[in-house]
Amino acid sequence: MTSTVTSPDTEPAAPRPPRRRRTRAADRGVNRVFRWVATGSGVVILAVLAAVAIFLVVQALPAITASSDELGGAVNRFGEGESLLGFTGPLVFGTLLAAALALVLATPVAVGIALFISHYAPRRLASALGYVVDLLAAVPSVVFGLWGFLVLGQNVLKPIWAWLGDVAGWFPLFSGQVSATGKNLATVAVVLAVMILPIITAVCREVFLQTPRLHEEAALALGATRWEVVRTAVLPFGRSGIVSAAMLGLGRALGETMAVLMILSPGFLYSFKILAAGQQQTIAAYIAADFPEASGLGVNTLIATGLALFVITLAVNMFARWIVARRKDFSGAN
Amino acid sequence: MAQRIDVKDLNIYYGDFLAVQDVSMTIEPKSVTAFIGPSGCGKSTFLRTLNRMHEVIPGARVEGTVEMEGVDLYGSDVDPVAVRRNVGMVFQRPNPFPTMSIRDNVLAGVKLNNKRISKSDADDLVESSLRGANLWNEVKDRLDRPGSGLSGGQQQRLCIARAIAVKPQVLLMDEPCSALDPISTLAIEDLIHELKNDYTIVIVTHNMQQAARVSDRTAFFNIAGTGKPGRLVEMNDTATIFSSPREQATEDYVSGRFG
Repeated sequence: MTSTVTSPDTEPAAPRPPRRRRTRAADRGVNRVFRWVATGSGVVILAVLAAVAIFLVVQALPAITASSDELGGAVNRFGEGESLLGFTGPLVFGTLLAAALALVLATPVAVGIALFISHYAPRRLASALGYVVDLLAAVPSVVFGLWGFLVLGQNVLKPIWAWLGDVAGWFPLFSGQVSATGKNLATVAVVLAVMILPIITAVCREVFLQTPRLHEEAALALGATRWEVVRTAVLPFGRSGIVSAAMLGLGRALGETMAVLMILSPGFLYSFKILAAGQQQTIAAYIAADFPEASGLGVNTLIATGLALFVITLAVNMFARWIVARRKDFSGAN
Repeated sequence: MAQRIDVKDLNIYYGDFLAVQDVSMTIEPKSVTAFIGPSGCGKSTFLRTLNRMHEVIPGARVEGTVEMEGVDLYGSDVDPVAVRRNVGMVFQRPNPFPTMSIRDNVLAGVKLNNKRISKSDADDLVESSLRGANLWNEVKDRLDRPGSGLSGGQQQRLCIARAIAVKPQVLLMDEPCSALDPISTLAIEDLIHELKNDYTIVIVTHNMQQAARVSDRTAFFNIAGTGKPGRLVEMNDTATIFSSPREQATEDYVSGRFG
């Protein structure tokens, strides 16, 4: 072996260095490819988001800059002298009201299910229940729409709404003429709640399962019952997780189209009467309903309302992100 | 306030796996009993059977009896929650509730046990518990700050204050100093000396000097091999265990020949 001629950075064993170099070069190649693939994927997602945003702004501009008369000629629901903002307002209101009601209905149930799965159910039942909740997320929204309209609205909920209207009609939410077909915002809210239940439950379950064992044992060792463990250790730890889960659910409820379109008898009012028909409409359902017959400036108007929905959903999701990020410092890992 | 514990022929299982076999011992009131032994020999597991904390692991069960002043903790009419209210526990890593203030941490157990407590009673209890844990002077000006903001040793003493605030009969300590620096360890050991005037204390430790320093009686646990159950090898006065143990294994362990 002629060790005298080997340079300091090659190995003395003659046949090995070239092979090693080849593997290292190959590794570098794979590295580079992987880096480009990963970067490319990241760029694609940004590009798509930017494309959607640009599309919305560019296409909405004609409607935003058009005069009230022009809009009135192109969109048949447009009231005389109404501005685009005044036109979109009730839709934004209806969207937020429906989503908020759905959230109010779904969050407690989801937290309850998640707690049952994570802390109460026997292990086998818990995993089975977890699958069932995930399956719920796989039901297409058209199916939810059909079920909500034919079963929930017409049969199950109608008598409840009638009773609620009788008993609590003095309360603004339940005032007005109760819809005879169940095609009201209350039914929509219930169906939306069912649709957002899986995502909220799944996130809450994960958060609750992450509760540090130490904190649960601390409560147990003080003589806490199961509910007291949940109250002193699990819920305080999971509070911000619950909020972010709810925000994710809200994001989905805001954008839901099909179920709303199929169930709701629409109206364009700032109305809190959720039991009455023909009061509110959501943005997504409005776009889907009117798009087939819209043309020219009408399409631009629809897109402008879509821009409003985009902004709302983006804000909700960013808020959820912010809460999740804030939670990192509060993980209790000390 | 302090109570005597009699353990007879206790076998501890996780499912089908026998983790600790055939332990019988008596723990005297108002004394400190130390459990020593190599990792995995079942001393922590055994400690947890004294307040039924091992039951949080699915499939865990025991055979035999653990009697506290003649009452079997595993009797069919005994609620594990009630057992844990009588037998307090301090863990290996300090675990104050991170979202609660120092004051609320001390009161956490009391609020579970009897929901209503007047503010002046609560104030008195917070002060006496924190004084009992030698922590009062360090935190009296920041009782409303989160407990997680304290140092590790202070957090551990806060956990002791939380445990003694519910006035238990017995205090179990599962390696309470293993995550602490020597100064904090000394503070806890001093505290253990004071606490034994009022409580029956059982401490698991990996640190033999610590066992020698703080305990009156010492129990040595050992394990024959992986997968074999842990056993109580020998229990005696601490001085005897460390000077002239009966068993060769105990001598090998305390003299540092293995473990």
